[in-house]
Amino acid sequence: MAIANLRIQPRFPTWPVYLAGLLPALFYTYQIFYGDLGADPAKTLEHAMGEWALRFLILGLAITPLRRELGIGLLKYRRAIGLVAFLYVVLHLTVYLLLDQGLDWPAIWADIVKRPYITIGMAGFVLLLPLAVTSFNAAIRWVGGRNWNRLHKLVYPAVLAGAVHYVMLVKSWPVEPLVYLAIVVALLGWRVWRRA
Amino acid sequence: MLLRHAPDLSEREVTPRDLYLNRRHLLAGFGGMMLAGAGAAQAAVKSPFSTDETPTSLKDITSYNNFYEFGTDKSDPARNAGRLTVKPWKVKIDGMVGKPGEYDLDDLLKGMTIEERIYRMRCVEGWSMVIPWNGFPLASLLKRVEPQSGAKFVAFETLVRPSEMSGQGGFFKILDWPYVEGLRLDEAMNPLTLLATGLYGESLPNQNGAPLRLVVPWKYGFKGIKSIVRISLTDKQPATSWNIQAPQEYGFYSNVNPEVDHPRWSQATERRIGDGGGLFAKRRPTLPFNGYADQVASLYAGMDLRKFY
Ligand code: HEM
Repeated sequence: MAIANLRIQPRFPTWPVYLAGLLPALFYTYQIFYGDLGADPAKTLEHAMGEWALRFLILGLAITPLRRELGIGLLKYRRAIGLVAFLYVVLHLTVYLLLDQGLDWPAIWADIVKRPYITIGMAGFVLLLPLAVTSFNAAIRWVGGRNWNRLHKLVYPAVLAGAVHYVMLVKSWPVEPLVYLAIVVALLGWRVWRRA
Repeated sequence: MLLRHAPDLSEREVTPRDLYLNRRHLLAGFGGMMLAGAGAAQAAVKSPFSTDETPTSLKDITSYNNFYEFGTDKSDPARNAGRLTVKPWKVKIDGMVGKPGEYDLDDLLKGMTIEERIYRMRCVEGWSMVIPWNGFPLASLLKRVEPQSGAKFVAFETLVRPSEMSGQGGFFKILDWPYVEGLRLDEAMNPLTLLATGLYGESLPNQNGAPLRLVVPWKYGFKGIKSIVRISLTDKQPATSWNIQAPQEYGFYSNVNPEVDHPRWSQATERRIGDGGGLFAKRRPTLPFNGYADQVASLYAGMDLRKFY
């Protein structure tokens, strides 16, 4: 893992990363109370949280390629980025359960089993759960470094699920979800290519 | 439901004819720039078909639109549609009619009584609005152009003008342009079926399909084709844009039906835009034929609506 010739390696602590990661959430919290979330506020929030989740997940996937290919060392911030991403997945899911579906559990269950895009989104969430739970030093020690590394490979299918979920839920083929999917496929493809 | 609102004739104001005949898009002189809600006033008589539900706000109706000719985001049409020139406007009427031709919209409107129709609008995506349209029954127009006896369907086409419709350009084709829609002739002749020319008593904002759009309140919103430039009568069921795009998801009929789910989402409930609850607005049950079953269910007697979705 140790790379000798890192060209750029920021030394600032991780808390600013957490803080920056919280900014979108703070922005939307502000919008709820004082701003304008548009005609369908619940959908606006649902979409915004989903999109920020995907962005941070992608950022997390980019750390290793950035390090290997460009010598940019951001490993220190990866955990923060991952946890922030998970926060947005949780917020996204919360908005869905609470505001979109109004906690109508039969309808939610029907969605999860009947709608492939929800099934796949849910799979993404479930895959991320053990990663979030093991993101603390004590947990890492308890699981053991090797196992921890193996466990955290789950992030690959999880992010892919998130991106595919996005492509599946739109009507027609707008560009944005395809761009996200392309970036995810490229970041995962890079890993396959490095191994080969 | 239908008769509850029947106005007596004395109450019905006579449309000041010259007012709407001479109506001008106030801003047409400014290089065709038309801003949301900046339309010219349009007189209209009340209609017994109007619902008494509270209309959605003008702001929501004009800022939350699916009009892919101007982009796929719901805020895109309000941003981009201002560039569309809607005057002069021609509508080609052809196919199996006695009086085909390329009509100027102003001529088509001559002699039409503009009515206010407050209709529910249910989007296939699971949200709904209540919209005070101005317009006239499609039937009035069709009768005037004299459908031939063999005509069974009506096909519609939206304008293609990439220079003014930003969503029609670009590398990825969102849909096959022009946007096309269709109705069975009896659906088209139903008194509920409206050609809308206005909204909230003013001429139609561009993002809502100016200057002429279809409104079929018992069908999902995408059947309401916008900025119409062609109406053809045929004896064959016409192709429709979303059906071409994803045939297993969008059928020709697309009647609002809580029993038939869209493959990707349930149609059992809907969220009413601008409902008092705001962020916590509850979903409400979706009604068969969007609550217009009394007027239209008979059109589909004996048809399996799961098959003809
Ligand atoms: C890895 C986890 C997930 C990611 C990365 C993710 C990401 C996204 C993204 C990017 C969008 C579209 C945002 C936009 O249109 O701008 C979205 C929409 C949505 N997601 Fe997720 N999602 C995830 C998990 C879930 C889960 C677990 C559920 C529910 C069980 C869910 C339900 C939805 C719904 C209902 C929509 C909106 C669909 C609509 O337009 O009506 N997602 N998600």
